[in-house]
Amino acid sequence: MTKVSMTIDGVRYEDEVEPRMLLVHYLREVAGRTGTPIGCDTSNCGACTVLLNGLSAKSCSVLAVQADGAEVTTIQGLADGEWHPLQRAFHEQHALQCGYCTPGMIMAAADLLRDNPNPTEQEVREGLEGNLCRCTGYQNIVRAVLRAASEGVPG
Amino acid sequence: MTSNSMTVTTEIGKARARKEDARLVTGQTNWTDNIQVPGLVHVAFLRSPMAHGRITSVDVSAARGAPGVIAAFSGADFAAEQGSLPCAWPVTPDIVIPAHPPMAVDEVRYVGEIVACVVARDRYAAADALELIDVDYEPLPAVLDMEAALAEGSPKVHEAGNKSFEWVFANGDLDAAFRDAPVVMERTYRQQRLIPSAMEPRAVVCAQLGDEFTLWSATQIPHVLRVMLAVVTGVPEQNIRVIAPDVGGGFGSKLQVTAEEVLALLIARKVGRPVKWTESRSEGNLAVHHGRDQIQRIKLAAEADGKLRGLSVDLLADMGAYLMLVTPGVPLLGAFMFNAIYKMDAYSFKCTGVFTTKTPTDAYRGAGRPEATYAIEHAMDDLAAELGVDPLELRKRNWITHEEFPYTTIAGLTYDSGNYEAATAKAVELFGYDDLRKEQAERREAGDRVQLGIGISTYTEMCGLAPSRLLGQLNYAAGGWEHASVRMLPTGKVEVVTGSSAHGQGHETAWSQIVADRLGVPFEDVRVLHGDTLVAPKGMDTYGSRSLAVGGIALYEACQKVIDKSKVIAAGLLEVSPDDLEWTPGRWSVRGDPDQGKTIGEISFATFAAHDLPDGVEPSLDSEATFDPQTFSFPHGTHLCAVDVDTETGQVKIRSYVAVDDVGVAVNPLIVDGQVHGGLAQGIAQALYEEAVYDADGNLTTTTLADYLVPSAADLPTFVTDRTQTPSTTNPLGVKGVGEAGTIASTPAVVDAVIDALRPLGVTDIQMPCTSERVWRAINEAKGEAR
Repeated sequence: MTKVSMTIDGVRYEDEVEPRMLLVHYLREVAGRTGTPIGCDTSNCGACTVLLNGLSAKSCSVLAVQADGAEVTTIQGLADGEWHPLQRAFHEQHALQCGYCTPGMIMAAADLLRDNPNPTEQEVREGLEGNLCRCTGYQNIVRAVLRAASEGVPG
Repeated sequence: MTSNSMTVTTEIGKARARKEDARLVTGQTNWTDNIQVPGLVHVAFLRSPMAHGRITSVDVSAARGAPGVIAAFSGADFAAEQGSLPCAWPVTPDIVIPAHPPMAVDEVRYVGEIVACVVARDRYAAADALELIDVDYEPLPAVLDMEAALAEGSPKVHEAGNKSFEWVFANGDLDAAFRDAPVVMERTYRQQRLIPSAMEPRAVVCAQLGDEFTLWSATQIPHVLRVMLAVVTGVPEQNIRVIAPDVGGGFGSKLQVTAEEVLALLIARKVGRPVKWTESRSEGNLAVHHGRDQIQRIKLAAEADGKLRGLSVDLLADMGAYLMLVTPGVPLLGAFMFNAIYKMDAYSFKCTGVFTTKTPTDAYRGAGRPEATYAIEHAMDDLAAELGVDPLELRKRNWITHEEFPYTTIAGLTYDSGNYEAATAKAVELFGYDDLRKEQAERREAGDRVQLGIGISTYTEMCGLAPSRLLGQLNYAAGGWEHASVRMLPTGKVEVVTGSSAHGQGHETAWSQIVADRLGVPFEDVRVLHGDTLVAPKGMDTYGSRSLAVGGIALYEACQKVIDKSKVIAAGLLEVSPDDLEWTPGRWSVRGDPDQGKTIGEISFATFAAHDLPDGVEPSLDSEATFDPQTFSFPHGTHLCAVDVDTETGQVKIRSYVAVDDVGVAVNPLIVDGQVHGGLAQGIAQALYEEAVYDADGNLTTTTLADYLVPSAADLPTFVTDRTQTPSTTNPLGVKGVGEAGTIASTPAVVDAVIDALRPLGVTDIQMPCTSERVWRAINEAKGEAR
């Protein structure tokens, strides 16, 4: 067992974990942050995307021990009193149906907009290529990200 | 005004953002894998690595001794109690329905079939211990190809042989239609096998308390599952509660009674602890039922001007290794759809269900209808090309005109309404059809490397599954009704209980709109409950684009009963005759004295207090309704797709896609558009990207999302969607259903566009998915033949 400590959505956690434990399992099963779901086992779907020290990461392809000392933001820590502009835009633009990909999609979009605050439609499509959605055909996801960008997303 | 009269609608048609979103965009979700129960332990299943084999021994003893392991079992441990997974659709009297033990005991028949399990304190320990289980198999021959499986002397998947059933339908004089027909066209199309790929992998939790079992499952069908769990395991139905919490998409893949659900219950009972199983994606690709997989041989007879005379369809449908819940019924839904929107004199349909040593197939978005629509729309384009007629013109010569509704088709269904001319005219205009055809001619003339292709799909489908009597005639075991109840709370708020269990469709929003519209209460005051057999005890669940067209009508009727009950009470409170009252949504008022009235909230409170109710009146407005449709509903539309095809690399790029759908009245246009977008994406995925591939030994080689290409945002275009609105005449809301339309319509539009681009090069067909390699090969083969 290895000791890890990290800050998740503003709360500090310290635990003993198996070195092989995935960050997403740590988040879900040790820290109880179940807002981040798991959609695959090959890092293709992106449902488990979180921000790791401010940059998007698929938490299924990071070990908990690799996140030692890190600051992790999940979908549950994104809102700051009120919904993040991306959360609002996803709701208003109907950018989700079953909602399973939504946490990862929003976190990936947050990182995309940090990197490129005024993306074109094509840049949004390519920027979200690592996040799969089976319900929406992506049309309203793209629209929501562009809307959030137009409103100016906090960095 | 009587309570049956039309009222001013306030909510129907409003593009409301969804109620469901609040929890989904903030991560406050309740997926099955999130559920924690005190004492919960984890199950992992060992699955067959071979397509076909006899199990000679299973040794779980080493696994039993591994750290953190509570128990390990093989099929023999469940043999006496596990029953057989149900097939609820024995389509013919002589159908072969093989025994299907949830955990294999003697023989395995596909890669992924469960042979053993481990129960451990956490999922890592369970996965570790699986590797300690020793299974010996005596290999048997894999059976992979349907035509070979039916040939004399083929190895058998089951003792009874490889043919499950043969189902036929015929109407009209087919011989006469083909005799001396100026045009006869034969084609064979292949529907590749698909993996539904809902984003949430399946998961089950089962906890026993005394005699009672609570089973949480990522399922579309909590009610059907409860009945079937009782039938399969012998646990009395009243002792089983099934909960479908937040469910992350289904598309038919969670319309199933699975081995894992049955085994979760049996394992929980055996170990005396609550258990959880969550599948990985690569496990799910092997074990979740697949979709499509048909060989379609079709034969058309037509006049010289392209008017259809007759159509015969001979299908081979791959059942996979076993018949699951509705496996044999899926291709038969297509039997009523091959004739599509076209008039003809004769039609015959034959479907042979074939066993192979592959994952069982079952419903996948559209279920039988996308396959049929693909074949007929593709054939219409082929026929147009043979005759040298514009494919839109050929359709016009054959389709049912809007004056002809209601129209009984050659397949025996009566289409109540439709306007193919209007939808097509709108699509043609949005698409710029004539300009694109002109550009296509210019690029052909110029011999451009990148050629433009245009594909057309003037589809219809049958939704609102289904009239119970008709299901009975088709030998389906259950009915097709749906149930709703409306509970009026003392404070004037409303609780709605629906048997239609949503998993992404937005029922909480759309149902609230229906109630707000009917009862005149604020949208925000309605709470919709579903997906728990304790809370919503009666239901037939969600599939077949049935929720609104069946469940929505049940809700409409329950609201009507609330209104009727409230009238009598309002009359008592106002001390007038009920005949003197008139209803505007939300309020009864005295005719001629509109200031005198009672709101539905006031009347609801009056039933709570029950001080001043008229004699003999029940102190409740609560109402329920069970609606059984008398017929299907028939959405339709015209989809046009333009593709650029690079003739040197074979790369296909969708340049524009226009979908004009007629789904009747749109309760929430935002949700309707979303359903269309997602449906289009899945239909396009079949056309261009997705295929479940088996190797020669029967191993699935597309077990991950790296191999099975679910498209990303970068792989899809922005769609242009619009609607025409021809209300259904067979239900009071005028709705038809929209869940599957996009998937049904889009696949032929895209494939036909690709072929249309390449016809001048001699390409006449390309097997789906039309990958760059396949397109490139088709071009080069055509060139070779031309030489």
